[in-house]
Amino acid sequence: MSEIMFWEAVRRAHDEEMSRDPMVICMGEDIGVAGGTYKATNGLYDKYGPERVIDTPISENGYTGLGIGASYLGVRPIIEIMSVNFAWLAMDQIFNTAAKVHYMSGGQLKAPVVVRSPGGTAHQLGAQHSARMEKVFMGIAGLRVVTPSNPRQAYGLLKSAIRCDDPVFINEHELMYNMKGEVADEEFFMPLVGSEVARSGKDITLFGYNISVHWCLQAADILAKQHGIDAEVVDLYALSPLDREGIKASVSKNHRALIAEEAEPAVGVGAEVMAIINEECFFELDAPPARVSAAHVPIPYNHTLEKAAIPTAQDIVKAALKMFGK
Amino acid sequence: MDSEVKKRLLHEMLFARRFEERCYEAYVERKIGGFLHLYSGEEACAHGVLEAARVNHDYVMTSYRDHIHAIKCGVDPKVVMAELFAKVTGCCKGLGGSMHIFGVDHRFMGGYALVGGPFPLAAGIAKAIKMKGGDEISICFLGDAANNQGTFHESLNMAKVWELPVLYVCENNLYGIGTRIDRSTAVVDQYKRVSGYNIPSTQVDGQDIEVVYEAAQKAIEHVRSGKGPYFLELMTYRYRGHSMSDSNAYRPKEEERMWSKRDPIIILRDRLIEAGEMTLDDYKEMDTEILEQIEDEIIKFAEESPEPPLEMLEKYTLVENDPWVNGGSK
Repeated sequence: MSEIMFWEAVRRAHDEEMSRDPMVICMGEDIGVAGGTYKATNGLYDKYGPERVIDTPISENGYTGLGIGASYLGVRPIIEIMSVNFAWLAMDQIFNTAAKVHYMSGGQLKAPVVVRSPGGTAHQLGAQHSARMEKVFMGIAGLRVVTPSNPRQAYGLLKSAIRCDDPVFINEHELMYNMKGEVADEEFFMPLVGSEVARSGKDITLFGYNISVHWCLQAADILAKQHGIDAEVVDLYALSPLDREGIKASVSKNHRALIAEEAEPAVGVGAEVMAIINEECFFELDAPPARVSAAHVPIPYNHTLEKAAIPTAQDIVKAALKMFGK
Repeated sequence: MDSEVKKRLLHEMLFARRFEERCYEAYVERKIGGFLHLYSGEEACAHGVLEAARVNHDYVMTSYRDHIHAIKCGVDPKVVMAELFAKVTGCCKGLGGSMHIFGVDHRFMGGYALVGGPFPLAAGIAKAIKMKGGDEISICFLGDAANNQGTFHESLNMAKVWELPVLYVCENNLYGIGTRIDRSTAVVDQYKRVSGYNIPSTQVDGQDIEVVYEAAQKAIEHVRSGKGPYFLELMTYRYRGHSMSDSNAYRPKEEERMWSKRDPIIILRDRLIEAGEMTLDDYKEMDTEILEQIEDEIIKFAEESPEPPLEMLEKYTLVENDPWVNGGSK
């Protein structure tokens, strides 16, 4: 077991898979000679060369489509889109081709691409560099969506995603690449489905994913220490498909549920989890489920306003207390 | 090109014409649903280029006007028609439809319904070919109007930067849906537009299959020999509207008459007759046989085939039973 940074975990998964299979390539803007904006491919260019570690032009839809085309013939491309905001430009190829080609060809073709991209609000990056787009990806049939909250998941999910024959979108976070965490030294793989209990508890379930798992864990500490409430935190690392059974099991046990998301509330992860709760275990509820979401605004540049747009652990605590009538 | 090859190509093009015209009827009869884009008038393009290529070896893809490219690649016309009739015996089991014909066993990598969508996909296939070290090439047929999409420029740029073995064939039929090329496109000659990417290109008559074949041979030789991408522009004309939902009222009748005199089938037929290689009666007999084959074998097969079962609704959304979904455990 070693404590490594998130970017090191992503890099290790790349390196092991590229070393094992010559058909695994990676491509994206500045990932080769420059080593990647977040160092996720650092050193791989020197090790595997320009044919497999490809510095692309700034043509997101073009190079994503190129990766998809290559995947038809057995190449396993790991496509890095430098910021999820730029992934809007590649939506055409991701949605219209990767997510649909297996279906519309009657099973003849597969598009085993991995598209990794960091989203989220970082530090005053402004409206066009602060998107949280997981809600968009998870609504599309034919695509798997996962979102790691720590280095262990970042490594294990990428390893499985590369080998999986479905197209997989991996939603990372710009603020999390330097986060440290324990990762086993032995090779391992994580399922691309399911959820993890990040903290056990019996009074309420706090659902989070990616960065909001950490807000939920902070909130659970506050709830325990200051309010005597024992909160469970469930990490929804798989967003599509969502872990219907895992959601049902935790809510049926704890009878209260709150979803924390960094994105705007409309048509989001929170809305979807609430719908699942409604469908699966409505009569187990002791209080209406709640969601803690971002303000429904383009993210402002001003730091005070930016912070005001994004939820915090305190917002989660406040919403949780309300569910206990406090 | 010897006369036997010419006669076979005449047969193939006439078959393509009759196949498409029969699709028109089946659409009117509501046997075919959705959108239907017919290739009538453009037959010499696909047949000339793919005659010069190595079908079942080279990879081919195109837009939604895709039936004939698939058939020329070797996909059985019966399974193409069955697909149009939305039957389980169709090449995509009735899940694709007219705009999404696939025949991967024949390396026909699909018809795609987003204009310009295949440009980067074809470059990606070429990238895979290059990685594997084979002598296949990737061939991408698209219309002139696709060149106004960003994917055209993005893909040509990448294909040249990485010297990928891809041949882009532009079937320039002068209209993007219903808008004439000079009203939508600053540079009307499409082959000139690729000079900005330092890719060699040619423009030739797309109605004379011998001209197309000769130009395609040179283009394919260039690509196959490792010299990078090539762009071949074929000047052609579609007889029908963009799709069946198109009133086709935007084209001057005089223009349509002019192009009907340059029919690719008639050009080749008359050349064979003038050379004494066949008679008009031979041609008529060929036509009758084709019409019978389409009715007795192809339409019959499509009509009599069953629809896909309801259980197939979700079957191909994701790959079934992939062990890596569960982290490698079965």
